[in-house]
Amino acid sequence: MKFIVCLKQVPETESVKIDEKTGTLMRTGVKGITNPYDLYALEAALKLKEVYDGKIIAISMGPPQAEESLREAISYGADEAILLSDRLFAGADTLATSYTLAQVIRKIGNFDLVLCGKEAIDGNTAQVGPQLAQRLSLPYVAYVRKIGIEEGKIIVERALEDGSQTLVLPLPALVTVVKEIGEPRLPSIRGKMQAKKAHIPIWEAKDISAIPEKIGLTGSATRVIKIFSPPLREKRGIISGTVEEQAKKLLSHLQTQGILKSGN
Amino acid sequence: MDIKIDLEKCTGCAECIEVCPFEALVLVDGKPQVNEACTICGACAEVCDVGAISLPEMPKIKVDKGKTKDVWVCAEQRDGQLAQVVYELLGEARKLADALQQKVIAVLLGYRITSLAQELVKYGADKVYIIDHPLLKDFNESIYSSTLISLIRKSQPEVLLAGATARGRSVMPQISAALETGLTADCTGLAIDEKTGLLLQTRPAFGGNIMATIACPEKRPQMATVRPNVLPKPLTNSGRQGEIVDVHFNEENTKSHVQVIKFIKEIEDSIDLAEADVIVAGGRGLKEAKNFKLIKELAKLLGGAVGATRAVVDAGWVPANFQVGQTGKTVNPKLYIACGISGAIQHIVGMQSSKVIVAINNDPNAPIFNIATYGIVVDLFEVIPAMIKEIKRRREIHS
Repeated sequence: MKFIVCLKQVPETESVKIDEKTGTLMRTGVKGITNPYDLYALEAALKLKEVYDGKIIAISMGPPQAEESLREAISYGADEAILLSDRLFAGADTLATSYTLAQVIRKIGNFDLVLCGKEAIDGNTAQVGPQLAQRLSLPYVAYVRKIGIEEGKIIVERALEDGSQTLVLPLPALVTVVKEIGEPRLPSIRGKMQAKKAHIPIWEAKDISAIPEKIGLTGSATRVIKIFSPPLREKRGIISGTVEEQAKKLLSHLQTQGILKSGN
Repeated sequence: MDIKIDLEKCTGCAECIEVCPFEALVLVDGKPQVNEACTICGACAEVCDVGAISLPEMPKIKVDKGKTKDVWVCAEQRDGQLAQVVYELLGEARKLADALQQKVIAVLLGYRITSLAQELVKYGADKVYIIDHPLLKDFNESIYSSTLISLIRKSQPEVLLAGATARGRSVMPQISAALETGLTADCTGLAIDEKTGLLLQTRPAFGGNIMATIACPEKRPQMATVRPNVLPKPLTNSGRQGEIVDVHFNEENTKSHVQVIKFIKEIEDSIDLAEADVIVAGGRGLKEAKNFKLIKELAKLLGGAVGATRAVVDAGWVPANFQVGQTGKTVNPKLYIACGISGAIQHIVGMQSSKVIVAINNDPNAPIFNIATYGIVVDLFEVIPAMIKEIKRRREIHS
């Protein structure tokens, strides 16, 4: 079987801090990490590969340093990796990103299952996975927490707000996965060695026969009009007194503010 | 397609580097240089006092915008019940449609759901499209999206809104890719720009640390998912009249062959975190798994849901669907009570848009107090039982 896992390098949240006085972002030496949800997707592929055999190809679109995430994927057990990097891809929104990834996956071809993380922790849009499925006309299910394979089909389980569903999809298909699919394993020594020496090809726009109007900022339908700081949070301070007084004061405050109904 | 920096004008003050939310500017030889991370958001150009930074001309993509009209709302239903967010969407759609002098159209998919149409009219819809079919009984993104795509292709709405729920966030991206249009996820504010008539979509970014207003200038429909619990529920008007249209379900839309073979309603955690008004959440300060019952008791008394930190989920005290924060859920209840939670950034990004945050922690230096509306610095094992007792006492007085 052939699995394709999509990865994104994102800024580590720890390194994004807020200036408490001005409420603006402070960025000191922002480190890149692999989006945690994408590592769950990789872990899901690794588990399936253990049972059903096959090959895992990790792909990522981003600046040249996104190669780090692909080497990490190889250290975990991915067999191959491809980096999509081109100045022409810059400024892509999810529409342009999904087009670019779809072109790559078409070029790789002959795959059984595409796995994506539910969302990336920087943008939190959760859009690229479903958009990719649509562009590739693949059967698709989101928020998958369990996958099994059965004669050209996969059986998946996922949670919605009001309950859980079990679904059957014919292969090839695309799924996005959540944390419950399983924590990523540790990289093996052999994996680490392979990650170091692996050749990771860089594909540019011309390598994937991309239509220039559909990639990067040109291919993006959305525009950021304005960026601003959220209003500062209201602070009403520390509640003092004995434990009983604290409990009473808090509940009274919440009632006066209309947060809790009277009677509470 | 880059921003242009006039190095002659630039004074090297580095203000632009400070304000860039994407880390896309770096100082090289005392002057800023732009890299791939740039999204041309314009924050740098705005802050530059000497006008050294200019934005590129936006590419023009031709659409016949004259043809599109009306504000559409995806009326999400679960097992025959409208999701709360649908009411909020109808209220917002009404305002947008009035500003555009257009209609609000609700689209309702499901099985045996015809009775919900009148409800949608009462809350602001001028017209309701109903597609009622046994194959739409269970939510299945492949069938739902292809059904919606063909309806939208025919009718060409100006704006399309859905709740930022599991269902909405799965179907809307598929529609946007099929129609090659823009989609903004998880919006907390919508407005019509007076000058251009464009839909302005505001959403939190970087875990709520900054806000971004996004538009989709050249493609239609302008699509957004809206976070539940943020916009007010409109008043109902039982006298409102609306048109109800039955739309034929096209079997072609099932050709993806994705099948739902089982649905288990989860009653135990019936109040979903993402839509709860009150959340009581526990962290490591609870010390042991069994102490979580304290959190559950308080949550139950307040009619709320139970949340947890990643540490507690990883320790196996509660299942993963309780997790709030990065790799868990993003929540925005009216009241969030954080018990024994220190406030790691990964947790904070998932709950800092809650209206009122109460922090209970015996460490006065815990970062959770930085974002708390009210803080109580005390042992949670003392104050939570006191709260439970006080709530019960007040209820007895009232009953």
